[in-house]
Amino acid sequence: MDEILTYAQAEPAGTVTYAAADGLLSSVWLLVAIPLASAAILLLLGRRADRWGHWLGVAAIGAAFVLGLTSFFQLRGLENKSVELSLWDFITVGDLRVDFGLLFDPLAAVFVLLITGVGFLIHLYAVEYMAHDEGRRRFFAYFNLFVAAMLLLVLGNNYVMLYFGWEGVGLASYLLISFWYGRPSAATAGKKAFLMNRVGDAGLAIGIFILFATLGTTQYDEVFSSVGGLASGTVLVLGLLLLLGAAGKSGQFPLQAWLPDAMEGPTPVSALIHAATMVTAGVYLIARSNPIFSANETLQLVVVSVGALTLLMGCVIGAAKDDIKRVLAWSTVSQIGYMFLGVGLGGAAYALAIVHLLAHGFFKANMFLGAGSVMHGMNDQVDIRRFGGLSKYMKITWITFMMGWLAIIGMFPFSGFFSKEPIIVAAFEREGWTAWLFGGAALLGAGLTAFYMTRLFVLTFHGPKRWTEDIEHPHESPKLMTIPLILLAIGSVGAGFLLATSVPDWLTATAGLGGEHAEHAAVLPHWLLTTLSLVVTVLGAGLAWALFRNGTATAPQPAGVLVTAARRNLYTDAFNEVVFEKPGIFLTRALVFLDNRGVDGLVNGLAAGVGGGSGRLRRWQTGFVRSYATSILTGALLVVAAFLAVQAGWLA
Amino acid sequence: MTELKLPSIDYAAIAPILIMLGVALLGVLVEAFVPRRRRHLVQLSLSLLAVLAALVMVVLSADARLVTAGGALAVDGPTLFLQGTILVLAAMALLLIGERSVERGGAFVAQAAVTAESADDRQQAEGRNGATEVYPLTSFAIGGMLIFVAANDLLTMFIALEVFSLPLYLLCALARRRRLLSQEAAMKYFLLGAYASAFFLFGVALVYGFTAGIPGRSAGVDFATVHAAVNESPSSEVLLFAGMALIAIGLLFKAAAAPFHVWTPDVYQGAPTPVTGFMAACTKVAAFGALLRVFHVAFDQAAWDFTPVLGVVAVLTMLIGAVLAVTQTDIKRLLAYSSIANAGYLLVGVLAPTGAGVSGTMFYLAAYGFSVLAAFAVVTLVRDADGEATHLSRWAGLGRRSPFYAGVFTFILLAFAGIPLTSGFMSKFAVFGPALESGHAWLVVAGVLTSMVLAFPYLRVVVMMWLSEPGETTPTVAVPGGLTATALMIGVAATLILGVLPAPLLDLATDAAAFVR
Repeated sequence: MDEILTYAQAEPAGTVTYAAADGLLSSVWLLVAIPLASAAILLLLGRRADRWGHWLGVAAIGAAFVLGLTSFFQLRGLENKSVELSLWDFITVGDLRVDFGLLFDPLAAVFVLLITGVGFLIHLYAVEYMAHDEGRRRFFAYFNLFVAAMLLLVLGNNYVMLYFGWEGVGLASYLLISFWYGRPSAATAGKKAFLMNRVGDAGLAIGIFILFATLGTTQYDEVFSSVGGLASGTVLVLGLLLLLGAAGKSGQFPLQAWLPDAMEGPTPVSALIHAATMVTAGVYLIARSNPIFSANETLQLVVVSVGALTLLMGCVIGAAKDDIKRVLAWSTVSQIGYMFLGVGLGGAAYALAIVHLLAHGFFKANMFLGAGSVMHGMNDQVDIRRFGGLSKYMKITWITFMMGWLAIIGMFPFSGFFSKEPIIVAAFEREGWTAWLFGGAALLGAGLTAFYMTRLFVLTFHGPKRWTEDIEHPHESPKLMTIPLILLAIGSVGAGFLLATSVPDWLTATAGLGGEHAEHAAVLPHWLLTTLSLVVTVLGAGLAWALFRNGTATAPQPAGVLVTAARRNLYTDAFNEVVFEKPGIFLTRALVFLDNRGVDGLVNGLAAGVGGGSGRLRRWQTGFVRSYATSILTGALLVVAAFLAVQAGWLA
Repeated sequence: MTELKLPSIDYAAIAPILIMLGVALLGVLVEAFVPRRRRHLVQLSLSLLAVLAALVMVVLSADARLVTAGGALAVDGPTLFLQGTILVLAAMALLLIGERSVERGGAFVAQAAVTAESADDRQQAEGRNGATEVYPLTSFAIGGMLIFVAANDLLTMFIALEVFSLPLYLLCALARRRRLLSQEAAMKYFLLGAYASAFFLFGVALVYGFTAGIPGRSAGVDFATVHAAVNESPSSEVLLFAGMALIAIGLLFKAAAAPFHVWTPDVYQGAPTPVTGFMAACTKVAAFGALLRVFHVAFDQAAWDFTPVLGVVAVLTMLIGAVLAVTQTDIKRLLAYSSIANAGYLLVGVLAPTGAGVSGTMFYLAAYGFSVLAAFAVVTLVRDADGEATHLSRWAGLGRRSPFYAGVFTFILLAFAGIPLTSGFMSKFAVFGPALESGHAWLVVAGVLTSMVLAFPYLRVVVMMWLSEPGETTPTVAVPGGLTATALMIGVAATLILGVLPAPLLDLATDAAAFVR
C-alpha cells in the first residue's frame, strides 16, 4: 500500500478511487443488457420476429437512452462522480483477477448519452431506410449488438472489459459492413476492415498483457494509481501499443485505409458506427488511459503527430473524392485526427477533444443520414458529380445538411466552431516550434475542411442538374427519416455552445482525467487565432463555391500530381500493397511450398513408410498354422537365447 | 503309512472360484435335465447369478491377504482386484453371449454340420433356441481365469491355464455364421495353444529342477520356493533363466505379445463376436495377472535382469500391432491388432518393478476391458442379411445411417487412441508414469510413437463412418436387445467415467497392489 502511495505522489492525477454504485446507479448494467437481450431475441426468433423486430430494436435503444439519462442526472448529484459496479469475477487465473465490472463516471456518461441518443435517432431512421430490405430484422439485431458492445466498451472498469467490448464492436462492424454480403465489394470491405482492425487489436491485446505483466492488474483505478512508478521505456512501449489499437479502431494513420471502404455497409451503419460512435473508441481509449499518455512526453508527441498527419491526409484525400459517402468517410478520418490531436496535447485539451467528439457525433451522423436521404431519393446514386440542384426537391434534407456542413467547417455560431477552434488554439499553446507545426497543421486543416465540405455541399444541392437519365423527380424522404435529421440538425446548431461551456467542467470530475499540465501561453494571441481560423474557413468555402458553383464535369478529368495522388488515397493503399501485401503473399507462398514439399513430404513419406511396412508385414500373416508355429518357435528360441545371454552377462 | 495331512482351506476366500466351477457343473446338469425351450433362460440366469454371487464374495473378502489350499492359491490385493475385474467383464460378455433378439437363435450353433439359414438351422434357431452349451463352457473359462490369477504355484497356474483355455477353444468354434472360419480359428487356437502350453510346462520343469537342493527346503514350484531358490539354489542359473523364458513365452502367448501373437487376428476374426469380446477383455486380464504374479512374486529376485529382453518384446508388440492395424480391412482384425498393441502397452506397466507399475497395469486392464467389450458390442449390431458386416468398406457412411451408434463407436475408438477425458488416456498415463519413474523412458517413447501410428487406423474408421456418403451396401445397425444395450452402455459409461473420474479405481488399484508370497 505504501508503495502505491509513493507512486501516487509522483503521478500527477493522484490516486484514483472509485465509489461503489448504489441506488439507481446499481442498475447501469441494464444499459448493456437491454440491447444485448434485444439482439439475442431478434437473432434467435428468426423470421417470426420479422414483422415487429425493428420496433423492438428501436425500443431497446430508447429504453437504454432513458436509463442512461436518469443515471446521468443521478451522477450529477454525487460527490465522487466515479461509480463502480462489480458484477462478478470474470477471470480468476493464478495472480490474474479480472472483474466483470462497470464504471460509470462523467467520461463514460457522456459517451453513454452519445451512443444511446444518436443511436436512437439513427435506429429510428433505419426503420424507414431499411424498410424494403429483406434482412431488416437481422440488421436491427446486429445494430443492437453493436450498441451493447459499444456500451460495454465505454462502461467497463478494466482493460479486459474494454477489450471485450472492443472486439464486440469489431464483430458488429464486420457483420454490418458486409451486411449485403452478396456484393463482392461489401464482402471485401468487411474483410479489409476486419483484418486492419486485427493489427490494431493485436497491439491493444499486447498492451494489456504488458499491463498485467508489469503492474499485475488491468483494473483502471489500480493501473492509473501505479503507472507513475513504471520505467519510462515501458510506458512508451505500452502507450504505443495502445495507440496502435486506437489507430486501428479509429482509422488513423497508418491504419486508416479500411474506414472509407467500410461505407459499403448500409448508410445508417456508416452514420452510427463509422462516423459517430465506434470510430471514436480510439479517442475514448486514449482519453481513458490519459494517466499513461501523460506520463511520457514522447508518447504525447507521437499521438499529436498521428493526429496532425491524419487530419491533413483526410482533408487532402476527401477533396479529391467523388463518392458522397467516401468524402464523408475521409472527413471522419480527418475529424478524428483533430480529436487525436486534442487528446495528444494533454491537460485541458483532453476535454476539448471529447467535446469535439460529441459535436462531431451529431453533425457527422446528421450528414451521413442526409447523404442517405439523398441516395434514397436518387436511386442509390452516390456520385456527387451526378447530383446538383437538389435543394429545390429535398428541402428538409437540404436545410439539415446545411446545418451539418456549417458545423463541420467551424462556422460561427455552429457547434464545430466551439469544438474545433479551441483545439487549434490548444495546438498553438505548445512549446517552441512544435506550436507552429501542429497549430499550422490544424489551421490548414480547417481551411481544407471548409473547401472539400463546401464542394460536397454545392455539388449536391446547388448548381445545374447533372442527374442520370433514369431520375425524373427526386423525392424527399418520409417523415421517419426526416425527423431524426431535424433533431440531429438542431444538435449541430446548438450543441456546440452548450457542450463547450458545460462538458469540460463536467469532465474534470472524471477521476484521473486531465492531470496537471504546465500551461504555455499561445504563440499568437487568442483573438488572432480565432479570426485566423474563421478567415481560412471562409477562404476555403469561398474558393469551393467559386469553383463548383456552376457544377462540374461528370467524367474524371485529367489532373495534376497532387490531385491524382489524392484520388489514389495518397498512395497509402499502394504502399500497403507493396510493403505488406506483396511480401506477405510471397511469404505465404514460400511457407506453403515448404509445407507441401518439406513438412507434408516428411509426414506423407512416414505414412507411406508405415503403410508399406504394414503391407509387407501382412504377408507374414499367411493363415497357415505351420508358419504361425514357426514364428512362435523362432520367437521362443530368440527369447530363450536372450534370457540365457542375460544370465551369462552378455546383455546386462 | 504316514498319516495324510490335509491342508487347511479358507473356503470363504476361494468361494468365487468354487461358485463359478460349481455352477459350470450345474450347467452341464441343466443341459441334461431341463427342457430345451427353457434351457436358454435358465442357463443365462444361472451364469449371471453365479458371476454376481462370485463378485459379491470377492467384495466381501476384500481385506483377505492369505495363502491357502496348501500354498496353491494366494488371495491378496491383486488377486481380488483382478478377480473382480474378470467377473465384471465376464458379466458384460455373458450379456452379449445371451443376446437372442438381434439374430434369431443367437450367434451360436450346437451342431457343426448345420449350415446357416438352412431348414435345420432355422428349426434349431426357433425351436431349440441356440446352443446353450456356451454357458457352462463360459462358466468353466471364468472359473479357470479366477484360479489363474490366484495361482500361487506354477503347476496350479498350468492347470488353470488349461481349465480356461479348453472351453475357449470350443467357444471359438461355435459361430453360427461363417462356420468354416470359426472352426478354422478354433483349430488354430487349439493347436497353437497346446504348443504354447508345452513351452510353459517345459519351463515349469526347468524351474523345478533349479529349486532342487536348497538347504532346508524340498524342491517345488510354489512361488515361495522359487523365490527362495533364486538367491540360494546351488544349481546352474541356466536352468532358472531358460525356465523363466519358457514360462514367459507361455504366458505371452495368451497375452498376445509379439512374436507370439500370430493366432490373435485369425481367432478374433473367426470366433463369434461375443466370444471375441470375452477373450479380448477377460483372457487379457487373466494373462497379465499371471505375468504380474510370476515376475513380481516368484522371479523378482532375479533383479529384473530380463527387463531389456521383455522390453524388446513389448516394443515389438506395440510396433507390430500398430503398423499392421494400418492396412486392415476387417473391423474385427483391426480390433485384434489394436488388442495386440495394447498388450505391448500393458507389458510396459508389467516391467515397472514398483507397486505403481502393478496398480497401473491393473487399472489399464479394467479400463481396456470395458472399452473393448463395448467395441465388440457395436460390431455385433452392424449387420446385414448375412450377419455381421465386418468389412470396413461396409462401415462407410454409418454416421449418416445411425448417428448414435456411430457416435458411440467413435467415442470408443477415441478412447483406444488415448484422447483425454476417456479411460484410454488415463490408463496409458497409469502405465507410462511408473515406467518413466523406473527409468524405462525408451519404452514410453516407443509407446507414444506407436500410439500415434495406431491413431491413424482408428481415425480412418471414424472418417469413414462420418465423412463418407452411405452406399448401397452400407448395413443398418440392428436395434439391440436389452442385454446388448446394457453391456454397451456399461462399457461406454465406464470408458467415460474412468476418463473423467479415474481416482476411485486408481486408489483401489493402488491399495490392492501388494502381493503376498
